[in-house]
Amino acid sequence: MLKLEDVHIEKGTFRLSAEFDVTRGRIVGVIGPSGGGKSTLLEAIAGFLPLTTGRVEWEGKDFTKAAPGDRPIAMLFQDGNLFPHLTAAQNVGLGLSPNLRLSMEDRARVEAALREVGLGEMDTRKPAALSGGQQARVALARLIVQDHELILLDEPFAALGPALKAEMLGLVTDLARARNATVLMVTHEPEDARRVADDVILVANGMAHPPAATNDIFANPPKALMEYLGGA
Amino acid sequence: MAGRTQPVSAWPGIGAAVFLAVLILGTLFAVALRAEAGSGLGKADWAAIRFTLLQATLSALISVVLGIPVARALARRRFAGRRALIALLGVPFILPVLIAVLGLLEVFGRAGWVSTVLETAGLPSLRIYGLHGVVLAHVFLNLPLATRLILQAWQEIPAERFRLAAQLNCDGRAFFWLIEWPMLRRIVPGAFAVVFAICLTSFAVALTLGGGPKATTIELAIYQAFRFDFDLGRAALLSGVQLVLTVVAALVALWLSSSTGFGAGLDRAIRRWDGQTAAIKWLDSIWIAAAALFLILPLAAIFVSGAPGLFGLPASVWSAALTSILVATISTLLMLAFALPMAFAVAHGKGQAVEVAGLLGLAASPLVIGTGLFIIVRQFADPFSLALPVTALVNAIMALPFALRILVPSASDVVQRYGKLGLSLNMTGIAFLRLVLLPRMRAQIGFAAGLAMALSMGDLGVITLFADPDIATLPLKIYRLMGAYRLDDAAAAALLLLVLSIGLFWLLDRGGRRHAEA
Repeated sequence: MLKLEDVHIEKGTFRLSAEFDVTRGRIVGVIGPSGGGKSTLLEAIAGFLPLTTGRVEWEGKDFTKAAPGDRPIAMLFQDGNLFPHLTAAQNVGLGLSPNLRLSMEDRARVEAALREVGLGEMDTRKPAALSGGQQARVALARLIVQDHELILLDEPFAALGPALKAEMLGLVTDLARARNATVLMVTHEPEDARRVADDVILVANGMAHPPAATNDIFANPPKALMEYLGGA
Repeated sequence: MAGRTQPVSAWPGIGAAVFLAVLILGTLFAVALRAEAGSGLGKADWAAIRFTLLQATLSALISVVLGIPVARALARRRFAGRRALIALLGVPFILPVLIAVLGLLEVFGRAGWVSTVLETAGLPSLRIYGLHGVVLAHVFLNLPLATRLILQAWQEIPAERFRLAAQLNCDGRAFFWLIEWPMLRRIVPGAFAVVFAICLTSFAVALTLGGGPKATTIELAIYQAFRFDFDLGRAALLSGVQLVLTVVAALVALWLSSSTGFGAGLDRAIRRWDGQTAAIKWLDSIWIAAAALFLILPLAAIFVSGAPGLFGLPASVWSAALTSILVATISTLLMLAFALPMAFAVAHGKGQAVEVAGLLGLAASPLVIGTGLFIIVRQFADPFSLALPVTALVNAIMALPFALRILVPSASDVVQRYGKLGLSLNMTGIAFLRLVLLPRMRAQIGFAAGLAMALSMGDLGVITLFADPDIATLPLKIYRLMGAYRLDDAAAAALLLLVLSIGLFWLLDRGGRRHAEA
């Protein structure tokens, strides 16, 4: 379980508070207006932003003060998920060893992950020689080898076309379900959340609301969500 | 702060900055302690101060005034060889000063090409020693820099403005006031201040073309007080004066100029509609041709007079060349050892103080640091035996401000773009350095290393304070050959130095850019 307790974040004049639990294995959409603090919430959980107050726990273990790399978290950012000077295989390999000292076994896992996302032949290519969709697959392959229990997605597929984006989200959720990992995914499209998310966290007005079941929340949206959706 | 939120630590950079500050300020302090014993500034010292200010003002003024029409012509004309000419404008910055001096002597000296022509026409030959010689050399070295700074500003005028001016049929005078004057007013003071600051600490030019009571710069006076009179008190006092002047000039130059002049995009072609009359086209062509000749002739002269003797050079010249390569290599490594951690620290946002420490190198003159080190080292060891390490260190400090200006933007960019990704993958310290920072900064590191290498190869400064007759870098060897009137050997050695300096710069710069991905 991911547990945020009395969390307050300050970033300049911007403030965000959050207090909620996410049950293990849930796929959670994080939605809300631009500038509402969706990315801020993920960055705080990942450890890029210090908390002003409060604590973050995973499975009963406090990691409020842990360095980002020491948390059980794999995160994909909006862009720049790959190092352009490293090959696809090296980019994936970083998920196993941050200094790229890979054993034979590690290499085999990298190869298998690349095959799994359909890039078996592309291991020596650099990102510039890959299409946008292929680059996203490389990042996915890294998620596969990283084997973390908590996956944070800050709209990594926003630049892809609708069909490709749906496919990538499908791959991530399959991966998460297979290993009972928890996913927090920021999205601008309520449609995405409706399709893949079990729960939805609404971030608006300086507040990250506790997760609510996707079907319920869209069937009976609270005021803040109504404003965001513009349904009136 | 909860944990650290940066992939590499800022502490090594802060450490390097502190070391530099202690070194530079410590040498100044050592000098200042000595200065108290002195008896104030004499008549000759005041003359040196006056001459320093006069020559720097004239050099900066002429460089900028000539740089404006040349930059303007380059900005609005397209011709074969334009790129090459603009690249050539970057050469004097890394050109060993002695080569410029020798080349100018070959062209404008008493026995030079111009004098020969004048004499055949029955006119008196030229003499380029003294004030006009010093200014000529400074203009040769800095006109290209001024031109590049101004050209860059010209190129940065948005293309839409030219289109709008053309649409409004705005040409000639109106065009100047509307578009060019506001840009010039912004950029020219900065260009003037940069050239002025550079000329203020001029040593090698004054050493070779100046001298005598009427043409001695402060830097040269420090050297003379130190080397001939061994009057440390006076050297210290002059160092203090020099320091105040350079700090003020460097601050003014920094304040007035935001751009470095080695920025990219100088060969960008902007479509222009103004200045299309035949007369203006001719005028532009004349400016470009004149600037090109002024730049190329002295360099060509080094080739012409140096080439025949190149392979007959005495062994002492070759060993001096080896010494120079060794010193320059160590200096380059030292520079990188300072500059890279400092650039990373600045990239972390711990910038201000670290950057100021890097800039101290601009303000402190080499001879002042050299004098200070001499005074300090003297208490522990024979300073003359440390001539080469001290030279390498001082050269590294001199190259540092330029290197930082090249490395800092790149380091900031890499940390900003990939810092979080690296952290989320738990890449910290060495792994991030080895796998991300260094590979991504290769091109900039190569360029900065090339610059440091060339600057150190060509430097004739602090080595003159320390060297005994047995030790020489290549520039010092050339200077000694000139002093012994062995001008053919000097020219050949200068050609060797030119080839080595430019070659090493090219090698490092090119090596950095090869295989460097976007």
